[in-house]
Amino acid sequence: MTGGSSTVRDVMDFTDTPEEAAFRDEVRTWLGEHLVGEFAEIGGRGGPADETSWDARVEWERLLGRDRWVGLSWPEEYGGRAANSAEQVIFNEEYAKANAPARVSFFGEQLFAPTLIEYGTEEQKRRFLPKIQSIEEFWCQGYSEPNAGSDLSNIQTRAVVDGDEWVINGQKVWTTLAHRAQWCFVITRTDPDAPAHKGISYMLVPMDQPGVTVRPLRQMTGTAEFNEVFFDDASTAKDMVLGEVNDGWKVAMATLGFERGTAFLSQQLAFQGELAELIEVAHKNSATDEATIRQRLAQAYIGVQIMKYNGMRMLTSLKKGALGPEASIGKLYWSTWHRDLGELAMDVLGPESQIVVGEPGDDYALNELQRTFMFSRSETIYAGASEIQRNIIGERVLGLPREPKIESAPKEKT
Amino acid sequence: MNFAFSDEQEQLRDAVRKFLEAKSPSAEVRRLMETTEGYDEAVWKQMAQELGLQSLHLPEAHGGQGFTFVELGIVLEEMGRVLLCAPYFSTVALAANAIMNAGSDEQQGAFLPGIAAGETIAALAFTEPNGKWDASGITMEAQGNGDSYTLDGTKMFVIDGHVANQIVVVARLSGTNGEDGISFFSVDGDASGLTRTPLATMDQTRKQARLDFSGVAATPLGDPGSGWAALSKTLDQAAVCLSNEMVGGAQKVLEMSVDYAKVRVQFGRPIGSFQAIKHKCADMLLEVESAKSAAYYASWAAAEDNEELPVVASLAKAYCSDAYFHAAAENIQIHGGIGFTWEHDAHLYFKRAKSSEILLGDATYHRELLAQRIGI
Repeated sequence: MTGGSSTVRDVMDFTDTPEEAAFRDEVRTWLGEHLVGEFAEIGGRGGPADETSWDARVEWERLLGRDRWVGLSWPEEYGGRAANSAEQVIFNEEYAKANAPARVSFFGEQLFAPTLIEYGTEEQKRRFLPKIQSIEEFWCQGYSEPNAGSDLSNIQTRAVVDGDEWVINGQKVWTTLAHRAQWCFVITRTDPDAPAHKGISYMLVPMDQPGVTVRPLRQMTGTAEFNEVFFDDASTAKDMVLGEVNDGWKVAMATLGFERGTAFLSQQLAFQGELAELIEVAHKNSATDEATIRQRLAQAYIGVQIMKYNGMRMLTSLKKGALGPEASIGKLYWSTWHRDLGELAMDVLGPESQIVVGEPGDDYALNELQRTFMFSRSETIYAGASEIQRNIIGERVLGLPREPKIESAPKEKT
Repeated sequence: MNFAFSDEQEQLRDAVRKFLEAKSPSAEVRRLMETTEGYDEAVWKQMAQELGLQSLHLPEAHGGQGFTFVELGIVLEEMGRVLLCAPYFSTVALAANAIMNAGSDEQQGAFLPGIAAGETIAALAFTEPNGKWDASGITMEAQGNGDSYTLDGTKMFVIDGHVANQIVVVARLSGTNGEDGISFFSVDGDASGLTRTPLATMDQTRKQARLDFSGVAATPLGDPGSGWAALSKTLDQAAVCLSNEMVGGAQKVLEMSVDYAKVRVQFGRPIGSFQAIKHKCADMLLEVESAKSAAYYASWAAAEDNEELPVVASLAKAYCSDAYFHAAAENIQIHGGIGFTWEHDAHLYFKRAKSSEILLGDATYHRELLAQRIGI
């Protein structure tokens, strides 16, 4: 070892590299020029349980797509910017700081597109990526079924070949934004005699056809972003399968990897903002006079800061190409934190928390803190419930033995 | 942005881990914890002479190597991992930082080289029988002027106070209150009028003493009366150091739990295959990794000596205290009966976790401090 004054390369550093700084500047400049007028007015609107200003948000996102801010990470040959993970985070940071509208194309851009780029044929990529980027086509995710939640491989939706087409029968549930989507990536059972994880195919199904029925599923929030989707002899072309037929489990898991992986990094800033607003509320109604509320606000602050530090460690290991154990805790961490924040928000508000928006007889409507309180209950369930996350951490990171399997029989034929 | 240790820092970690695995195995920890002194003189010298651990982050002008709190944090993490019994935290993380924050350049030149060389064991006598960690807890008054002061009163819970040959004492000028009048003094360990009584500690791996001062002659460190800023900074830096030490212990108990859960068989299967145990381990991993993120970031802030330090010091101390204690407690539960025995090391970590949680203020104290520091 030599003294500290010698050149030490690769030391901790929380500033941008010159390239990153230039990219940040470009993002900031673009947002400054375009986030004006009606788009500035809908800043920060929308969210997971909030379809406020949908049409204006679509218009805004088309502008983002036109200038290739949608599909940031895609390869340049498909219209992307080939942005690395650090640049994606920078974009999201600046986007949040600018208070830009909530995005409308999450399922297409963030979940389906990366999967398509990894597993799709050239023809499939050319067919779908441009329309995701131009916000002409929305996607939804056809995974969960009434009897396949955490046990996803238990799906029963069946697809059989008929001539040049697949014919699909079954039901999906918790399908976010299905009522907005033109396409659905659906996992179907294509070999009913194979073991649970085999015999599944990843299909791309058009939503606008007589065999597809979307029924809104009203949530505890009173709103209905989730849906039930029924496939009754619905069809899609034979080549609308991503990856090999009967090998779709792998593809489905890749999508979940994107959902559980880096997507959450961009949420931290929004959460930080929510906490700052809650602290302001607590100051105003003097909740900050109470020792236990002070403790919980401080704990929430600690939690959201550590979320950032965890994210920065993860980003660094991504850059170096080897994800560390900190990468696996993201989903469990943020969903638990956000749920706690929702509970804290109600306690900060006190009796005021019990009064919703509007008059008796109006549609049930929540204010933002109430929405966080309610909607966060879904966050510890969707995209792999917390219990599934703990299994994943226990088995894949810590190497603990799996539960002994109950011998899985071939799926029952109906 | 780069939030990882450099190759050179990882090499330092490897070297320290190798040394400590050889010098501080469980049997040695158990031997030393039963002694009153609580450390091994030969290992202390080797730490200084072979690895330069005591001099790591001290200034080069005063016999140090000029490294930062990031490197110091790595060393403390490794020490926490093996429960090293040595007056390192007291000497380097508390007293040396106090001398650097409070003392003049001349005074640093007088005291730091001895610490760097492993010749001086130093302690920070700060807390009193009232057990408070803030300025209001300092009631000992200093009488005198110029270079000549005398101290009367009692300091309690002084880490390694019974073996230190230099004691940095925090007292206040008579007639002052709160953050006013706080002063640092240097006192020899064998000064006349000083009575040092070793305390029987619950965590036997970290020794504490009671120091009774009766007209003890003391030399001021820095300007008497204006020491609060230096003390506050010293406590923040120490909180960062302790957070890193706690992370080392927390990671170790997680490993102990996971290793045991893989081999202990009940109901015909390893207990780690049961979700009741698996999920405990997963939660421990989440908290240990998060504690690392907090402690490492805090080390960086301390190294940069930036304005974030007070906030992240309390943040790290609060989170790491909870995470370590939770992990150490779960480690006993996962081990079952064997984890409750004296023979198994689980209780040593459990006790260290508790003593570390209390030391410098517990999680509740630091959350309140944090609330004030971020304007809640």
